[in-house]
Amino acid sequence: MTLNRTWRTTALAAAAITAFCGAALAQSGQTVKIAFIDPLSGPFANIGQNQLKSWQFSAEQFNKKNAAGVKFEFVAFDNKASPQESLNNLKAAIDQGIRYVVQGNGSGAAAAISDAVTKHNERNPGKEVVYINYAAVDPDLTNSKCSFWHFRIDADTSMKMEALTSYMKDQPTVKNVYLINQNYSHGMQVSRYFKETMARKKPEVKIVGDDLHPLGQVKDFAPFVAKMKAAGADSIVTGNWGQDLTLLIKAAKDAGLNADFYTYYAVTGGVPTAMAAGVGGKVRVVAVGHNSIPGTVIKWQDEFKKKFNDDWYTLQTYNSIQMLSEGMARAKSVDPVKVATAMSGMKFMGFAGEVQMRKADHQLQQPLFITEWSKANAKNPYSVENTGFNFQEVKAIPAYVSSTPTSCQMKRPGA
Amino acid sequence: MDLSFFLISLLNGLSAGLLLFMLASGLTLIFSMMGVLNFAHASFYMVGAYVAYTITQVVGFWWGLLLAPPLVGLLGAAFERFALRRVHKFGHVPELLITFGLSYIILELVGLIWGRQALNFLPPEALRGPLFTIVELPGSLGFEWGTPPDICKTVAGAVCTQFPAFRAFGMAVAVLMLVAVWLLLTRTRIGLIIQAALTHPDAVESLGHNVPRVFMLVFGGGSALAGLAGVIGGALRVTEPSMALAVGAVVFAVIVIGGMGSLKGAFVASVGLGVIESFAVGSDRSIADGLMAVGMAVTPETLGYAVWSVKVSQIAAILPYLLLVLILIFRPKGLFGTREG
Repeated sequence: MTLNRTWRTTALAAAAITAFCGAALAQSGQTVKIAFIDPLSGPFANIGQNQLKSWQFSAEQFNKKNAAGVKFEFVAFDNKASPQESLNNLKAAIDQGIRYVVQGNGSGAAAAISDAVTKHNERNPGKEVVYINYAAVDPDLTNSKCSFWHFRIDADTSMKMEALTSYMKDQPTVKNVYLINQNYSHGMQVSRYFKETMARKKPEVKIVGDDLHPLGQVKDFAPFVAKMKAAGADSIVTGNWGQDLTLLIKAAKDAGLNADFYTYYAVTGGVPTAMAAGVGGKVRVVAVGHNSIPGTVIKWQDEFKKKFNDDWYTLQTYNSIQMLSEGMARAKSVDPVKVATAMSGMKFMGFAGEVQMRKADHQLQQPLFITEWSKANAKNPYSVENTGFNFQEVKAIPAYVSSTPTSCQMKRPGA
Repeated sequence: MDLSFFLISLLNGLSAGLLLFMLASGLTLIFSMMGVLNFAHASFYMVGAYVAYTITQVVGFWWGLLLAPPLVGLLGAAFERFALRRVHKFGHVPELLITFGLSYIILELVGLIWGRQALNFLPPEALRGPLFTIVELPGSLGFEWGTPPDICKTVAGAVCTQFPAFRAFGMAVAVLMLVAVWLLLTRTRIGLIIQAALTHPDAVESLGHNVPRVFMLVFGGGSALAGLAGVIGGALRVTEPSMALAVGAVVFAVIVIGGMGSLKGAFVASVGLGVIESFAVGSDRSIADGLMAVGMAVTPETLGYAVWSVKVSQIAAILPYLLLVLILIFRPKGLFGTREG
């Protein structure tokens, strides 16, 4: 009798331990495929190619060691910056059995993907897909168009404008502001939020111009620069990215505009090279990071440079994969529904300190930085695009300052 | 509108227009000589930029400027000799289709050889700074060679605008090219043969001239002109695989507005479109402003406000196509067109 009981107890204990260990490591060792949907050809090819390398590099680093013990693998799709093409890519990814999608270049494509993912998940329970938006900053995506399956890692335009205007209102050189943006949702939101936020904080600042130009089409910004000169602009605020920013800055330099630039994306490929010989005024950026953040950033940017002779400027890749692996570890699973539930409201360590994926709208709450294009020095030694310059912190904005309210009425699964 | 803004807009418009003309002239010449609408013309423009970039990396920009156009011309002549000529006997539509196919092949080949990223093709050192500066002080308008003088920084209300040297160089190249082509066509023997072969190819052939060879020379020459435009355009703007697409559509608008086959028309249309677009970008007027000037009240509640409030600067990019449609409706043969349809 005693033997039976001992044997049964031991067997039960062993089974319990195995089950427990099994559960804790249920997701361990699995490969998680993630679809990367962004432009790899066309006028924004250089940015998309750099970001694909950034994701693959980040995955390699996390694959060495991460909280969930999984292996991340990226599968690339070229959406040519088109919302329509993004939907085709999404369908192809789903057909291949991929359950996680990352995208960031273009709020138009982001809105299309978010909507498509939400509808797909409603109609296909058991085959849900999670969408991580790492760079599309139109506030609507976490307000009127919010979705449980959409997670935004970058700070949205309302947050960036809160941060930027809190800096600009204290600058005596900012008197006549000229807005120039790309004519699509992102550009229009930048213009709208800047005007609203600045009117609230410092109404004496005059808006002397507000232009919207076609996305990726204008090759010659000289007429726009002439207009800025005629309006007497001393500060240019622009959400332009990629070639649209490079050519704008080149034209401003050629015509001798000598105004200060306040941008989102002066860090993206091609722009630093255009700025190297001087722009005539300061160039400032509002962003989630810069080149001298201690820890992961300075380590990874050097390794990335050595490997690809290119710069790692999409720091969101770190936060995204950190969030995914934390989420998978807490959910003890790679199933998108469980992982999304775990990530919703989760606090975790980002590259610049603790951050939180806000439960109400899935917008990451994080510190922001105002940085300035300056010559490298002993404290800030990194050289962007081998120019001998980098982006140095001028002001750090804690998360609570830039945090903005949300109107999201999120429908959660099972609710 | 103040005077310095007007002058700068005019100069920018002229510079853009003349670049467009370099491209359009080759296309309209090919059309007038051979009746072939060359869809791959903008692709030769792109190849010119890429070839010049490669030569520049090895021996410098000036060699690139000298060697790239003839190389592109050879490419064009080879295409005519070995491909287009075979299709000639089937009519105009097959000729059009083969040039359309060529444009795609060139696009993919360029991407394969040079990659899909934009290349850092810069003007030569000597031409990088400003050629002159327009200095507008309160009450006076001045002009200084080179970089802005110190008054720009010391006098309040001074507006100084630089005009880059490379832009001026591009304009000069375009004008020289126009003069050279015109002289070639009207003053040299080969030019006279070309003009004759345009209207009476059989008569010219029976006189003993090699008409197919003349056609090959014309196609090659037109492509070389596109290549030359590419060298300037690639260094002035961006050298990337989508550069052909960016100019391709406007060039067709130019030759239809100017009149297919007319060099004079291509000149007037391209310079006109360049200047119009430059001034349009600088104008924030809209139809709503015009209506209000006549006394009508236009508010956000008015019916169709979304259309009336569109600023001219927002539609600047589509103005060439608007003009194209108007020309096709009211004067289909173009401003100076000589051919029907």
